[in-house]
Amino acid sequence: MPEPFLSVSELHTGYGVTEILRGVSLAVQPGEVVAVLGSNGTGKSTLNRTISGVMRSWRGAIRFDGVPIERKKPSDIVAAGLIHVPEGRRIFPNMTVRENLDLGAYRRNRTRRTPSRDRVFGIFPRLAERQSQQAGTLSGGEQQMLAIGRGLMADPRLLILDEPSLGLSPLLVEELFALIRTIAAQGIALLLVEQNVAQSLEVAQRGYVLDNGRVVLEGSADAIGNDPNLKRTYLGM
Amino acid sequence: MVSSVILVPALLNGLMTGAVYALVALGLTLIYGVLHIINFAHGALLTAALFAAFFANKLLGIDPYVAALFLAPLFFGIGYALQRFVIGPAAHGEDRNILLVTLGLAVMIENALLYAFRADTRTINLSYAFDVVEIGNSFLAVPRVVAFGVVVAIAALLWFAMRWTDTGKAIRAVAKEKLGAELSGINVAHIYAVTFGLGTACLAVTACLLIPTYYINPHAGNAFVLIAFTIVVLGGMGSVAGAMLGGLFVGVVESFSGLYLGESLGQIGIFVMFILVLLFRPSGLFGERA
Ligand SMILES: Nc1ncnc2c1ncn2[C@@H]1O[C@H](COP(=O)(O)OP(=O)(O)O)[C@@H](O)[C@H]1O
Ligand SMILES: [Mg+2]
Repeated sequence: MPEPFLSVSELHTGYGVTEILRGVSLAVQPGEVVAVLGSNGTGKSTLNRTISGVMRSWRGAIRFDGVPIERKKPSDIVAAGLIHVPEGRRIFPNMTVRENLDLGAYRRNRTRRTPSRDRVFGIFPRLAERQSQQAGTLSGGEQQMLAIGRGLMADPRLLILDEPSLGLSPLLVEELFALIRTIAAQGIALLLVEQNVAQSLEVAQRGYVLDNGRVVLEGSADAIGNDPNLKRTYLGM
Repeated sequence: MVSSVILVPALLNGLMTGAVYALVALGLTLIYGVLHIINFAHGALLTAALFAAFFANKLLGIDPYVAALFLAPLFFGIGYALQRFVIGPAAHGEDRNILLVTLGLAVMIENALLYAFRADTRTINLSYAFDVVEIGNSFLAVPRVVAFGVVVAIAALLWFAMRWTDTGKAIRAVAKEKLGAELSGINVAHIYAVTFGLGTACLAVTACLLIPTYYINPHAGNAFVLIAFTIVVLGGMGSVAGAMLGGLFVGVVESFSGLYLGESLGQIGIFVMFILVLLFRPSGLFGERA
């Protein structure tokens, strides 16, 4: 079997002396959509932060496109094409939509900005209409699209989306998942962290369930969706 | 009532003193706004810059205004390196460590200067130091008018750079949303160092503007930094526009206090006002943050 596009092996990390991830392993193939599920506080965001380099791993390996990245700076990981759209959007509220997008392409040649922006506007037409609006004045749904749009500006080969549907109305969640399909259809691999189990498993080919800092269930999206333990035991539903 | 014959020159002189204060405060507030630390080495670095300007003139015969052209980049480099290779790594991301590291740096710089140059007070002599220009009915010292013009130009340049250049936008992004900036591919350690460098470069320019009319000794920078701290608080911590307006305002307050209370009590007005602002408007006089 060829080496996966992204592979996380036996990853341990935490805050202070508190261990949160206790040996997490997962893999994403090129162009694959992988869902990461788990109830609140199991360490999904911690996993994302460690992959993108804003948090250090204690032990274990992370490889992206054949290269170890667990000791790299976040900016170098971005430059390699692994982009993390964080939980809570983290857009720049005091700048315009356009400035936010352009900062997403910070590591790339300036000449790439216009075509990338056009591509993002193709996916999110509403951002095009709001180009010169201050990002802080956008609605919650628009801010989420901006956060994803900013991630796309970096020309990702793998995009980590951390709870993109958090705080959105059911109608907007529908719209968001449609957009996620559009992005996946462009060949970008996705690591989709979600509380929205049914919809994530519909877009994803495979999934992992995290509980208490460990992978407790993995397999095809169908197999996970049909697992009798999924909701009651692991997601606390 | 005092007539306008006295008030107008007092106002203009206050604005000119205030411009220099503003430049010191600008560096301080820039560093605070982006790194969220108070740089306790600011005064010592200003003193070091004053010595650099002094010796550039005494030993190499370079006019202070010319010296600014190479001392500003030199001090940018010093500030950049200090943050990137000393303060940043030594702090391990803990704010109280940063505070102690900058305090330690201040002590080291001041003692090195004291050791090398003793506590003597020095001045330089320039042909134009006592030239005056007449504006309206006011006679203003040429070096002070130059200082005012340079500070206004620097503030405008900085404002422009912050809004229109990639690095300026990256600095604003890091200031407001560090994680978002990091995940956009902005190297935060580099941006921190650039900001610290800019703040230190402001001090080099300040030194070159001061030295024609000011004396220096190994503690000379501290007097300015104390006032700059009050300006940063008055202007709203981290606000560049607030530092400019606050600096000019403080200069005018000092000038008028001097007029009414006597020369030696001029600075008392600043601190009285400072305490009043802390009591009644703790977020500063001028609204929003940059
Ligand atoms: N900055 C932090 N400092 C200390 N503990 C944290 C921090 N962030 C998260 N945690 C803890 O780590 C655990 C996992 O958090 P997180 O990764 O955000 O979970 P999830 O994304 O799955 O909801 C939680 O118990 C949380 O309280
Ligand atoms: Mg989370």
